[in-house]
Formats: sequence, C-alpha cells, structure tokens
Amino acid sequence: MTTTTERAFGASVARKEDARFITGQGRFTDNLTQPGMVHMAVVRSPLAHARIKGIDTSAATEMPGVVGVFTGQEMADAGFGGIPCAWVVPDSDTVTPPHPPIAIDTVRYVGDAVAMVVADTDANARDAAYAVDVDYDVLPVVVDVRKAMDPDAPQLHEEAPNNQCFHWVVDGGDVEAAFASADVVVKETITNQRLIPNAMEARVALARWDDAMGELTLWVTSQNPHIVRFLLSLDTPVPEHKIRVIAPDVGGGFGSKLAHYPEDTMVIFASQQVGRPVKWAETRSENYLATTHGRDHIAEVEMAATKEGKILGLRAKTWASMGAYLSTASTGIATILHGLILSGSYDIGAIHEDVYGTFTNTTPTDAYRGAGRPEAIFMVERMVDLVARELDMDPVEVRRRNLIEPFDDGHEVATGLVYDSGNYVGALDKALDMFGYEDARKAQAKAREEGRLVGIGVVTYTEICGLGPSEVAGAVGFGGGLWDSAIVRFHPTGKVTLLVGVSPHGQGEETTFAQIISDQLGVSVEDVDVVYGDTAKTPMGWGTYGSRTTAVGSGAIMGAVSQIKDKGVKIAAHMLEAAEEDIEFSDGVFSVKGSRADGKTIQDIALAANTAWDLPEGVDPGLEASSFFNPGNFVYPFGTHIAQMEVDPETGEIDFQRYVAVDDCGPVINPMIVEGQVQGGVAQGAAQALWEGAVYDDDGNLVTGSMMSYAIPKAEFLPNFELGKTETPTNVNPLGVKGVGETGTIASTPTVYNAVMDALAPLGVQQVDMPLTPERVWTAIQEAQKGGQ
Amino acid sequence: MNVSMTVNNTSYERDVEPRTLLVDFLRDDLGLTGTNIGCDTSQCGACTVHIDGAAVKSCTVLAAQADGASITTIEGLSINGELHPMQRAFTEKHGLQCGFCTPGMIMTAVKLVESYPEPTEEQIRHGLEGNLCRCTGYQNIVQAVDEGARLTEAHSPFESTPAEHQITLREAERRAWERSRT
Ligand code: FES
Ligand code: FES
Repeated sequence: MTTTTERAFGASVARKEDARFITGQGRFTDNLTQPGMVHMAVVRSPLAHARIKGIDTSAATEMPGVVGVFTGQEMADAGFGGIPCAWVVPDSDTVTPPHPPIAIDTVRYVGDAVAMVVADTDANARDAAYAVDVDYDVLPVVVDVRKAMDPDAPQLHEEAPNNQCFHWVVDGGDVEAAFASADVVVKETITNQRLIPNAMEARVALARWDDAMGELTLWVTSQNPHIVRFLLSLDTPVPEHKIRVIAPDVGGGFGSKLAHYPEDTMVIFASQQVGRPVKWAETRSENYLATTHGRDHIAEVEMAATKEGKILGLRAKTWASMGAYLSTASTGIATILHGLILSGSYDIGAIHEDVYGTFTNTTPTDAYRGAGRPEAIFMVERMVDLVARELDMDPVEVRRRNLIEPFDDGHEVATGLVYDSGNYVGALDKALDMFGYEDARKAQAKAREEGRLVGIGVVTYTEICGLGPSEVAGAVGFGGGLWDSAIVRFHPTGKVTLLVGVSPHGQGEETTFAQIISDQLGVSVEDVDVVYGDTAKTPMGWGTYGSRTTAVGSGAIMGAVSQIKDKGVKIAAHMLEAAEEDIEFSDGVFSVKGSRADGKTIQDIALAANTAWDLPEGVDPGLEASSFFNPGNFVYPFGTHIAQMEVDPETGEIDFQRYVAVDDCGPVINPMIVEGQVQGGVAQGAAQALWEGAVYDDDGNLVTGSMMSYAIPKAEFLPNFELGKTETPTNVNPLGVKGVGETGTIASTPTVYNAVMDALAPLGVQQVDMPLTPERVWTAIQEAQKGGQ
Repeated sequence: MNVSMTVNNTSYERDVEPRTLLVDFLRDDLGLTGTNIGCDTSQCGACTVHIDGAAVKSCTVLAAQADGASITTIEGLSINGELHPMQRAFTEKHGLQCGFCTPGMIMTAVKLVESYPEPTEEQIRHGLEGNLCRCTGYQNIVQAVDEGARLTEAHSPFESTPAEHQITLREAERRAWERSRT
C-alpha cells in the first residue's frame, strides 16, 4: 500500500491495471460488440505476385448471412484513397508507390487483400470469402532483400526502378583516412533476419458509421489512436473532427500495432455501405501474413582499428526490405532510427553507411521492438568482438579503450547526434562484478581444456529513444510531431483524472503515471485514474512506441503538475490569509512556512477551486491543467549485458546458462515494472539470436506462417535473468527519466550471439546466420572440423 | 444442435452450430470474454479453461463435446469476490504486462500447482509449455506460479480438486469425446 507519507516514486507499486486482466475483465477490442454488428472477412491473395484478371463475387453474395461483398475498385470509387506512408526520409530519393487498401489490379505479396465479405457472423463471412473467385495471371517473384536490386529481378512497382525504395547515406568524419591508417580491418556480412512480432492479441478493428451525424467511431488495436485518426482523415472521406478512434486494452504491440492498416479503412467503408457496425478480427494465420514484420536487413560491415584496439572507423553497405508496400513508419527504421546510432557507446571518429531500401514480394515491414537500433547495435557490437578476436584481446578490454567517458550534459558523435548523458564504464563495471567476469573466464578456460564449448558474450550498448524533438521529426521527414500531452483534472473530492496523449498497452503507465502524480501532488496512487487511448477523451498526442511514453509523456505531466501547484499556492494563500511567497507545498499540504499543521491539503484546495465560493481575485474556478511537452532531445539509455552459453559439440544444441543485464534508464519510477520490461525485452532479443526467423520460399510463400513453424520462445527455453541498474539522469525531461521498453531487445541479440560465437571460437567459427538453430551450429562445427583437418 | 453445460456454477442450454468451438461458445454465446483467443493452431494457450477439473485449451474442443461438462473460466475463479491465490500471485509478482495471455496462464497455473503443490522452477517452466506470453519473458510468471502455489497451500477455501477427481487432460478430452458421441 502506498500512502502519501511513503514516496511513490521509486516504489514497486502493484499495477492498477492488473485487476481487470486477472479476473477476465480485460477490455480487448474483440470483446466488444455493437447492436446490429456484422463481421468482415478478407479475401487474401494466395500468390506473391500476380495480375488480377477478374474477381467473381456472385457465388459469395448468395452465401448464407452475407450482406455485402466489395472490391478495391468499389472502395476507390467511394473516395477511399491509398494507405499513406507517414515517413519520407529526405535526401534519399524515396519512392512511395500507391498502396490501395484492397489491391485493384496487381497483388504483391501473399496476404494482399483482394476483396472483403461482410456477413452476419464471423464464420459465415469466412465461408463466403472462400467462395470469392479470383482469376490471376502469375508474375515472377523476388523475396530476397539484396536480389531485389539485381538487374533482371522481377519489378514490383513502376515508380521504383530496380525495386529501389530509397538510398540513404549517413556520413561523419573522414572514413577513407580512418581505414587507410588502420592496423587492422575486420569485415563481416551481418544478417538481421526477418522477424514476426506476434503480439499475443492479433489485430481487430470495429467501425460504427453514424450516417445521420456523419460521425465515425473506430475501435482498433492501436499503439497510437491519434495518429490513426490523423491518417484516416487523409485516406477516408471523413473529416478529422468527425472521427473518434478508441484503442481499448491492447494485447501487446511491439511496433506491429503502430501502423495504420488497410483493414482500418476497410471496416469503415463496409460500415458505410451496409449501414451497420462492422468488425474484423484477424486470425493468427492472417496475422502472420497481414501484420507488419520487422528487421530483414543485411549489411556488409567493416571496422578499422589500431593494434592497441582503438576503433578508428566503421563503414557499411546495407539493404533493408520494405516488403511489398510502405507501411506507416517503414522508411524511417532502416535510416534515421538505425544509421544515426552506429557509434554505439564508443568514440568512433569516422562512420559511413549506405542504406538501400528495397521492395520485395513479402509482407510490409515496420517497427518491431527496437526498430532499426537492434540492427545497428548488433553491427557495432559484433564488429568490436571481431576486432578483439583479431587482436587476441579480451572483448571487455577493447570496449574499455573505446567507451565514451562519463558525461552529463551532451556528447556529440560522428553521426551528428548529441547523446544526453551517460556513464558507460559505470554500467560495465557493475555488470562485470555481478557476473563475476574474471572467475567466469577462468572457468571457461578450464572447460575448454576439457573440450567443452563454453562462451561468454559482452555488449555495452547505447540506444536512442524517447522520440523525440518535433523539430527533428520534421527535419528527418516524419509526417507528424513527437511532442506529447497531459491534462491533470482534480475533482471536487480531490480525486484525480489524468488524461494523456500516449497510449500504453502493457507497459504499466496506468500505474507509473499515477505514481508521478502521487509523488508530486501528494494524493494516493489509488486516487489517480489514468485515461488514454481515446481521441474523444484525451488531448492530441503521438502514442506509444520508440520507448517514448514515460520519457515524453512525463514531461507533459510535469508541466501540468507545476500549473496545479502554482494555482494551489494562490488559493491556499487566500484561504490561509497569507502572502503567496510564504506558502510552501509538500506531501500534499499547502502551508505557511513553519506551520504545516494548519495547512490546507490539496483536497481542500480542490474542493475550494471546484466550488469557487471564495476564490482570490483573478483566479478562475476549477483545478485542472493542460500541458504539452516537446522534448529538446532524444534520450539515450545504455548498459552492459553479459551472457554465458554452452554449445553441445555433438548436437549443436545451445544451453542458455546465464544472463546478466545492467541497464541505466535514469531514475526508476517503479523498479518492478522496469525489470519486467527488461525481462520481456531480453527474451525477445535472445529469441532473434536463437530461435526466431521468418522464411519465405522462392515463390513468396511464408513457410513459417504459424505458431507451429515460427519459434516463439516458451518458458522452458529461458533462464532467469539477473538484473541490475545504474541511474544516470537526463536533462531532457524534468524527471530525468529515459525509456526502457526496447533496451533489453537491443542489447540481448548481440550479447547472446557473441557468447555463442565465443563458445565456437576454439574451432575457428566466427559467423553463423541467425537464428542459431542446432542444425546450423552443428553444420558450422562440422565444416570447421573438416577445414581444420 | 442443443448443448447444455455448467459454466462457473450456472447451467446453460443453447442451440449451436455443430462446428462451434467451445471458446467461441463461451465468448459469443455466453458473453464470457475473459477467455481469449490468441491463435488458430492450438499453440498459445490463451483460451485455457477447466473442463471437469482439467486445464484444457478451449479452442481444441467443440461446444458439443463439452455437453454436460462442468466448466470454470477465469471469470469463475474467484469465490464470493475473493481473488483466487493464483490471481493474487500474478499481480503481486508482476506476472502480466498486456494481460492477454493472463487468463489462460492463470487457469493453467491453478492446475499445475494441483499436480505439483511445491513445484520446482523446472516443473513450472515445463508445466507452462502450452502457454505463450510475448511480453514478460516468463520470469515473473514463473515467480507468480511459485508464489501462487505457496498461497494456495496456505488457503483453505481454494482446496485442490481431491485426488480421486483429478484427471489428465487426455482423459478429460477422451471423456468429452465419448460424451459427444452418445
Ligand atoms: S486460442 Fe491459441 S491455443 Fe486456443
Ligand atoms: S502479458 Fe502480454 S502476452 Fe503475456
């Protein structure tokens, strides 16, 4: 129990949101119904690339319960436009080909929508969808991100010759000189394979069109309802002020519910056509095809260093798959969110990367936990290990020689970013200590003598999150702002409603934001209700992704808090017949300095303000404040992760033995929740290294199209993670907090990978493609042994 | 076709299509939406309920097969408004984030600790094999199940199903299948 006397900030307060989930009262979108509601099913292309010769809907129309069958042309005729891409990166010749919500003449990936069926029940809609007869002319297919740019590759979009979506360059320092003066240059081709986010709740959209009022309500599984509304005002005929978007409880997103999807507009169109509310609930099989994927990124990387292990430069040529069309944020991920952080935690004098975005006949890609940063940090951290290997140095020592010295107010790196604050050595030392690094290395040496393949992997990462300054968003081509908002509303009884523009979906801000209010204003956590996810209730805001919710959202909350305090001082001074300068406020009590016992509680002030029987002159009734916060910079959490893995030389199986993570996300509001974020993030990142990977065959069929063939980790796969923290505040927001939603994922993939490669080092193996399945590892061992004989 | 069953101590009788899955029957016909659907290949366990005392994925059973059965869903787990110890343990140990897998996890965990009243970590991790969570990395779920086992033991109104009434999942499915054919 947290009371006003115990500080809520920094306490592991049990989550307020849990009560509904543990009792089965979660308000997930698929749990909602509307009077007269009908159901939509989507007819999807079974082919990865084909011309549509004809669509025969007559049989489907006759099926039981069917109330409408519609095609893309009908949507276009009704004024529904293409799905917009919201991020066009400047100086990159980005091509944004048309993306009709339902394909009109060409399908470009398996799962592309070709028609929709609306019926009285979900089952009837799906049955009738099978009866829609589509006649296709098959076209050649390309699925590989690099082969897409081959001269003879099949072409996806007229507008994009060579399937090139963009060519973007990041360049800082003199790269040629750095490589020319290097003692060693290490090279590697690094593949960050395509991943499928698999939030446990698939997507759902429910639209209700009110014809008389011209009003639209869309309930949708979204991480950012305000952005969805903004985009809907562009691609539907409904003006923005007549659209209400509600994201009720959302069952995980990890970036996959960031995009504005075709089905959002399809249910709206359908509701207008049939005059009834229309719901679409994605099946898991559909989710594998129709919800955005992540990564699919190949880079040829070189790192230059001196023989003392000082890194001089990093150079890369990179290909990133956009899939068949551009999703909402896709182009920003392999560019801005990736290339700019290639300096990692190190002072690297020169950095150059060419990134080519390509179109392939695959599901569109977009953000997936980390979004661009995991690919970058993997590249840096893998190359640092290769430098260590080349120089026969301990990888920790190489890191020490290159880590940026502690700083608390800005440090510029070669890519042009100015990091906010950091103490990278501090986190490294703490992690080494927790891990018992020296002893572990000794034990490893002994194990190696016995012929065992034990490996230790170390990563000292930094990432960029808390997106971000809106001026920067504009400069880098993001089609929106990245500020956020809050309204603090005191009711007459002193209870508080906090309305925020961000839209959490599992991260726990219903609790941590209440802790901030409790800490600042002295009301109990139970007395604060946090409202989000409804454009009709909450102020405009840019949603939850890029670990921005607390870093940016808390800035807005703090702005409102200070207005409340100021007004409280005025009212209290009046009530206590004292001068404003003599009033102090602490733990929820306004009092004349030195006579706290005679003070007025914030609840007294709330009642006085809301009744307004006797307010001081010039003070308006009510106790409510609204604030918008546009951060001055991103935030840069950092830390050190260390893993120990053992490979079975006979089978290639990997034993996941230990994992230590020390993360620094600034002052921690709720340690329990922060640890939960790290644990979940580490599991997802480790899964990329060890188990997960989307596979397409040459015809563009998704071979890993279900939970049977795509390896989401189970409880048994994972050990307990040992977590530690350091706390280095940022100057970017009033509470000094940084984001923690993605750190675990960003750090853990290279940590686990480096550990496995360290295990295989005695055999001379230095590269195996992820995921590191037993078969791949075993094959690498066999080949190394053959080569060694 | 007509099916009748007891769900959370209330008897229901409904006319359903023969192909109706139990999970859809619970959600759509009875309005018990606490049981979630996370997949269509019986992998995720989000839909886990208790059928005649066994934890079963309700997307693997037809409503017709559950005819005559006694079913408990997440909505029926607390007694007289008092949370089941496993529910409390999940919130105390932060065993949930988005909460979507949670009802299925809790229903599985309740039966898991009946089989292993003092479970080892290995037994818990193995026992959760049929339930996927994408948010937590499982660490706090494992802690919650451990804590739930401790609290369950200490708490009499939630006694385990007596040993003689305990059946395996396979046996429950077999019985349900038999019933559906008679
Ligand atoms: S819904 Fe996934 S196992 Fe039943
Ligand atoms: S809490 Fe989100 S899937 Fe388990």
